Amino acid sequence: MPWYKQAYDWVERRVQLEGFVKESAEHPVPSKTASWWYVFGSASFVLLLLQIVTGILLALVYVPSAGSAWSSLQVLNHQLPLGWFLRGMHGWGSNFMVAVVLIHMCQVFLFGAYKFPRELTWILGVFLLLMTLGMAFTGQVLRFDQDAYWGLGIGASIMSRVPFIGRQLVEFMLGGPIIAGATLSRFFTLHVFVIPATMLAFASLHVWLVLKLGINEWPTPGRLVKRETYIQEYNELTHKDGVPFFSGAIWKDAMFSAGIVLAVAVCALLLGPIGPTGVPDPTIVQTVPKPDFFFLWIYSALAFLPPSIETPVMLIAPVIGIIVMLVLPFVAGLGEKSWYRRPVAVLLVVVLAAGFATLTHLGTYVPWSPQMDGWSADPVPVHFVDQTKPLERQGAIVFQQKQCRNCHQMGGLGGRRGPSLDDVATRLTEDQLVRQVTQGGGNMPAYGKTLSPAQVTALVAFLETLHPSNQPVAIDASRHVAETNNPAPKEPVEAIRP
Amino acid sequence: MNPEPNQAFTKVARDGEATVSRRRFLLKVSIAINALVAAAIATPVIGYLLGPIRKRGAYNSWIALGQVSDYHEGETVLATYRNPHTDAWDGDTGKVACYVRREKGNTFTVFAVNCAHLGCPVRWFPQSELFMCPCHGGVYYSNGERAAGPPERGLFTYDYHVVGGKLMINAGQMPTLANEAKLVKGILPCPGTSKPTIG
Repeated sequence: MPWYKQAYDWVERRVQLEGFVKESAEHPVPSKTASWWYVFGSASFVLLLLQIVTGILLALVYVPSAGSAWSSLQVLNHQLPLGWFLRGMHGWGSNFMVAVVLIHMCQVFLFGAYKFPRELTWILGVFLLLMTLGMAFTGQVLRFDQDAYWGLGIGASIMSRVPFIGRQLVEFMLGGPIIAGATLSRFFTLHVFVIPATMLAFASLHVWLVLKLGINEWPTPGRLVKRETYIQEYNELTHKDGVPFFSGAIWKDAMFSAGIVLAVAVCALLLGPIGPTGVPDPTIVQTVPKPDFFFLWIYSALAFLPPSIETPVMLIAPVIGIIVMLVLPFVAGLGEKSWYRRPVAVLLVVVLAAGFATLTHLGTYVPWSPQMDGWSADPVPVHFVDQTKPLERQGAIVFQQKQCRNCHQMGGLGGRRGPSLDDVATRLTEDQLVRQVTQGGGNMPAYGKTLSPAQVTALVAFLETLHPSNQPVAIDASRHVAETNNPAPKEPVEAIRP
Repeated sequence: MNPEPNQAFTKVARDGEATVSRRRFLLKVSIAINALVAAAIATPVIGYLLGPIRKRGAYNSWIALGQVSDYHEGETVLATYRNPHTDAWDGDTGKVACYVRREKGNTFTVFAVNCAHLGCPVRWFPQSELFMCPCHGGVYYSNGERAAGPPERGLFTYDYHVVGGKLMINAGQMPTLANEAKLVKGILPCPGTSKPTIG
């Protein structure tokens, strides 16, 4: 007997795991489930392991201290061989993990896999999803750059809206009065000890349930889940038309996982590590904080919530969402599994996916925010000031200098908070422009106090030139009539202001 | 009956319940003792966990922001200070910024940089005399009143006083809706309208 076989036998006589492993590996699965649709769960687990391994490697260098975390990431990025690559693997691994977990969830939902008797598997899965998102958020905090710092500020501000105990929750979350060292230590503890340990335990139990209850069979329209007969039917199915998991199905899981890990590595190689952005110095207010990709939809939602319902929605909607996911297998745990017979389920996935995608897309270019450097970075296009009078050019300078550009686009450049002004003269008359500039309204600040009458005159004169050559400017017809019948003395614009 | 996946286990458990013995009693006692010991040790530890939570205003103290003469009348500038409660390892995060506006003489307004909506750092634009927030589009006038965007109120302000030519502010904690230095009640009307239309 070769030495390795002897060694194997020596260990096996003591641990006695061979029988269990063999039984688990060779348990029959319905032949139709040996499908490419069933690979996302195992890929999620592989990504979890990848995150643990790369995370441990990063922890060898990372310093969880508010004063040094950012510099230690610079060392990883620029000084240690392959430090940048490991950061890339961990960062992109995180993105892939959130994506694969979400796909896994959609697949499980659409295939009715959460139904009897797999309710608990689903519930553990809901917690695993929440913990995956929790890891993504705490991981973003550990990057401890400006985005992380102000992201924590947003978190604390949301917490502060909780009635009665808001202040206490903020202090508990931050570990003190401000976002600082204690805050980072807390999130480090969550990211490195608390959540991963819980995740491993939950994921193991999740997999154990899949082994014990069997993988969900391929849904057939008309075959209903009934408490009385389901388990017997499933056992018959796996024995009549089953294949051993090893190696009837596992090769697809293995191939997909390899592909995913490779994709993570390619992203890390080509796109590099994610961040860090600027140093976490709260006195640097010249910053435009933004959350990571998978939280952009929340960022967008927070911009669109009407203030009157903002706080209740922020605090209650997540709770309702989680409760709905948790009770789902108890209210819809029986009956039809096939998506052909579950139009509401399909519609729900489509609507939610479209909603999240739209909000995420909006989050990539934040049309609701002033573009902070619009006034200094985007020049007034030459053709807008070509052939204009001195007064109008002076108006263009006022336009630029008073940060109008931060909210108004011109020639496709500038902020998008307000409307583009390329053809504003066709929409507003001179009087309306004066009123809008001085009094504001419709979510525009009033500039009456910060612009001199001369500046208003120049600005409005410039805005009056903004119209396509084939379209006339908007005029107040009544004023025209009044002027022709009883011409008013030619006065500068500021003279007719109230 | 619902045939649950694993009936064998429930059967064994029921058999076990039938036997009442000294051993069983001692097992229960040992569980109770363990629970007591655990509670006795863990309860004070909750105090450790909740340590950062202090009484309202307990983190605040008076902080000097330099001489009154450092600030020019009618100007708004960014001032920075080291938070009174800070650890050696806080690095730059132990610093705090605020906007100081010297109205006239010894009259000041000291604004927090944190937007009243969700705490992002607002930026002061002296040309248009507006504070703009980069996150969700909150805009405030030079006196801190809400001008546009999602905030429900004006900027947070700190209490201040002038002692011996020095500007002092009462600060020490990140301002949020739960602990703002000074509460501004009510929602300001949108410019150009009489009703408070916000959003």
